[in-house]
Amino acid sequence: MMLDFSVVPPYAGVLLNGLLWTLLITALATTIATVCGILFALILLYAPLVLRWPVRFICFLIMGTPLLLQLFLVYYGLSQVGVNLPAFWTGVAALGLHYAVYNAQIMRTAILGVDPGQTEASRALGFGRLATLRHFILPQALLVATPQLGNNTLILLKDTALLSVIGITELVLSSQLSISRTFRPFEFYLTIAALYYVINLGMEWVLRRLARRLEAIK
Amino acid sequence: MDFELILRITPFMAEAAWMTVQLFAVTLILGLIVASVLTWAGFSRSALLRGFARVYISIMRGTPLLVQLFVLYFGGPQLGLSLDAFTAGCICFGLNIGAYISVGMRGAILAVSPGQTEAARALGFGRAQTMRFFILPQAAPLILRSVGVNAVILLKSTALVSAIGVVELTAAGQRFANATYQPFEALGVAAVFYLALTYLVTGGVALLERRFGVEEGKPS
Repeated sequence: MMLDFSVVPPYAGVLLNGLLWTLLITALATTIATVCGILFALILLYAPLVLRWPVRFICFLIMGTPLLLQLFLVYYGLSQVGVNLPAFWTGVAALGLHYAVYNAQIMRTAILGVDPGQTEASRALGFGRLATLRHFILPQALLVATPQLGNNTLILLKDTALLSVIGITELVLSSQLSISRTFRPFEFYLTIAALYYVINLGMEWVLRRLARRLEAIK
Repeated sequence: MDFELILRITPFMAEAAWMTVQLFAVTLILGLIVASVLTWAGFSRSALLRGFARVYISIMRGTPLLVQLFVLYFGGPQLGLSLDAFTAGCICFGLNIGAYISVGMRGAILAVSPGQTEAARALGFGRAQTMRFFILPQAAPLILRSVGVNAVILLKSTALVSAIGVVELTAAGQRFANATYQPFEALGVAAVFYLALTYLVTGGVALLERRFGVEEGKPS
């Protein structure tokens, strides 16, 4: 059978819709991943044991099992215990939480990498522990961590594809819907691969510029 | 918690875990071969080979693994390339993880001080000999580390073949979840198997690292 990419344009609207969902999911999950990542890092570093152990256990679970399994577990498992959330939000939350754990490791290293003299100086000037953390340690840690957090966002973008298996109409599922009408898997999958690649290149470019800007601040 | 169910499905899940292990092992070997070729191409004197390696790695790392798998498995037959699901999974993951490992290899080789190359070349060693006797042995610990990190990622990525119908851990867990309406138990057993496997892989890598002397700040 010959390849014929003219089957794709009639479904441009379907794919575009999927693309927008993919971008929305990426943005939402990244926000969750960053905020929870910082929170987890702080808990792992400073919180009392009762808080630290559960977070450490969650990290162990999430880093040791595949994202796909986690999605199934949250999606099917929550309804078993009677919690019925829309697939979209379970998917976004699971994706965000998955990357929060990886972001937490990055943030932890970044916070530990801040010169202890900074803490001493700020405490000596009369700032409290929390104020020191907020005004001196976290900003410096974020400066170092941002490029790596951005890298995780690139990986996250690609993992949004997995949400298609729990029925969220992002780019992959949109293309599958188009394929079920045209029976042209190669053309459609290649098209969406190209779309992912272009977004990926764009985000890489933004991240490189951001990293250069941050380097200048340092 | 339905312990009876857990006990009943565990033998089946162990079989599925064996499938995951097979996928992982075949793919890792394939990935190492792909990575070595890519790294070699990346340092080649031919601009064409260098360009190929760059573009290949960029595309493999820039598109979702799931989509790559679908292109090969569902799109392949359109080009006359019909593979069974297991083979498609191995080839696709091998080609993909090879790109990631090769980035680590390249970094490890570039991290060796350029003075080493200069010294070896000044002593009359050829390009290939310099690489083999001077650069690679010094880069080996870092290469091992990046292979280890990618091996763990690969182990978890094997879950994606459940989407094309290979019955490995995730697919088996999902099927039991659907059949019994008890997803927590079924998928939980799968999760425990994955945790054990990741533990084994990280343990194995740590053992190799101790054997081959990757210690922080110690140039092997």
